Amino acid sequence: MVDSKADSVKQIAVERVSHVYRPARGRTVLALDEVSLEIGAREFVALLGPSGCGKSTLLYLIGGFLPIEKGAIRIEGAPVAGPGPDRGVVFQHFALFPWRTVRANVRYGLEKLGLPRDEQERRARHYIEMVGLKGFEDSYPSQLSGGMKQRAALARTLAVDPKMLLMDEPFGALDAQTRSLMQSELFAIWQQTPKTVLFVTHDVQEAVRLAQRVVVMSARPGKIKASVKVELDRGDPHIYRSPAFAEKVDEIWSLVRDEALKAQ
Amino acid sequence: MKYLPLLLLAILWEAVVQLGLVSRDLLPSLSDVARAGWTLLREGDFWTNGAASLYRGGMGLALAIVVGAVLGIAMAWWRPANAVLSPLVEMFYPMPKSALIPVTVIWLGFGDGSKILLIFLGCMLPVTIGAFNGARGSDRVLVWSARSMGASRLRMLWDVVVPSAMPEMLNGVRTALALMFILLVSSELIVARQGLGYLIGYFGADGNYETMFAVVLTVAFLGFAADRLYTLLMRRALAWRD
Repeated sequence: MVDSKADSVKQIAVERVSHVYRPARGRTVLALDEVSLEIGAREFVALLGPSGCGKSTLLYLIGGFLPIEKGAIRIEGAPVAGPGPDRGVVFQHFALFPWRTVRANVRYGLEKLGLPRDEQERRARHYIEMVGLKGFEDSYPSQLSGGMKQRAALARTLAVDPKMLLMDEPFGALDAQTRSLMQSELFAIWQQTPKTVLFVTHDVQEAVRLAQRVVVMSARPGKIKASVKVELDRGDPHIYRSPAFAEKVDEIWSLVRDEALKAQ
Repeated sequence: MKYLPLLLLAILWEAVVQLGLVSRDLLPSLSDVARAGWTLLREGDFWTNGAASLYRGGMGLALAIVVGAVLGIAMAWWRPANAVLSPLVEMFYPMPKSALIPVTVIWLGFGDGSKILLIFLGCMLPVTIGAFNGARGSDRVLVWSARSMGASRLRMLWDVVVPSAMPEMLNGVRTALALMFILLVSSELIVARQGLGYLIGYFGADGNYETMFAVVLTVAFLGFAADRLYTLLMRRALAWRD
C-alpha cells in the first residue's frame, strides 16, 4: 500500500515555480524561472549549477523558508506551508546554535518532538557517536573545527529522523580532505538509513560521487537544464579513479561549463 | 597589583592633608574619613538608608531590564512595534534623564515611587537599544534551523532570537547599571528624606565632611563592586563565545 502510494505521489514535486529576488537596494532578479522537478522517495539527487543560479533558493522554497509566489511545491502531495521536521536541513555554514553545546544542539529537535529526557539523551548519544564526535559532547561550536561543526550539524538533523534531507552546499566551507571524508560518511549513512536527499552543490565531482541523479541548472534566471542519471558503484572507495567516473564528470561538466561562463 | 594606583592615590590623599598642603575644611584626611565611616557603619542610620537606596535602584533597574528587553526584541521582530517606538527611542535616548527628577517627584512624590520611576525611565533605553541591535542581527539560518526542527514562531523567538540578542543586550545592561547609580544618588541628593544620596547631602549641610566623604566613598565602592560582579557574571553567561 505504502509503496504503491510512493510510486504514484512523488515525495517532492516542484511544479513551475518562479521566484523573484528583491534586494533592499538595486534591481530585482528573476532567480527561478518556471522550474519543475520531481524527486522520489529515498532518491539521492544532486542539484548542480553555477553560483547565483538559484539552486539554494529552490532548496529554501522546498524547506518552506521562503514564500512560494508562483507555481507549487508539494511534499507527498500536500502543498508546502512553512518549515517542518519532515524536512531536515543542513546549511553550508552549519547553523549550529553557538550558545548550546554539541549535545544540546543535537537534542534541540528532540526537545521539540517532546521526547522524554532519557530518550533524548540516548538518541543524542547515538548520533554523536555516529558522526564521530564522541568526547566533544560538552564543547561549544566555537571550540570545534569546521569539519567537526558540520558533523555536529549533521547529527542534529539526523537525530530528528526526517524523511527528507535538504543539504545546501553542506561541505562547501570545508577543506578538500575533510570534504572527501564527509562525502564518504554521508554516503555510508545514507546507505544505512536511506532518505530522500536533495544535495545542492557547485562541485561536479561531488555531485557525481554522491547522487543517483544529477540535475543541472542554468545560470540566471535559474531553469532546469538537464537531469542525468548516474549509475556507478558508489560504495567503491576508489571510485574517483574509475574511467566511468571520469566520463560522467566530463559529460556533466560540459553541461555546466556554458552556464558557468554565462554566470561570470 | 592592578589596583596599585588606587593605593598610591590613597597615600597621596593622606599625605597632602597631613602635610598641610590642602586645608582640612576642603578635604578631610583619609584616616579621619575612615574613622567617621567606621562610626557610621556601627549606627543603624546608614543601613536603613542603604537599604532604601538598594531597593529603589534594584526595582528600577529590574523593571528597566525586563521592559527594555521586551521592547527591543519586539522592535526587531514586529514592524508595528518598530514604527511606533523607534521615533520615541531616538528622541528620548540623548535626553539627560536627570531633567526628569522634578517631573517624577510631581507625579509620585518624595518617596520610593519617584526614584524607581526615574531609574526605570533612565535605564531602559540602553537595554532596549542593545536588545534591538542584538535581535536584529540574529542569523537567518539559525531561525530557519529552529523552525525546520519543529519550533513554532514564538518558541523560535525564545530559543534563537533571545540568546542571539544576549551579548549586546547584556552590554546595554552594564551601561544601565552605571546610569542607575548616577540617577539614584542625584535624585536622592535633590529630593528625598532617605537614601545614600540623601545622607551625602545631609552630612554636607551639617558640616560633617568626614562622614560625608565616607558616604561618597561607599557609593563609589558600591558602583565599582557592582560593575565588577556584573562583568564576571556576564563573562560566565557568555562563555559560549570562544
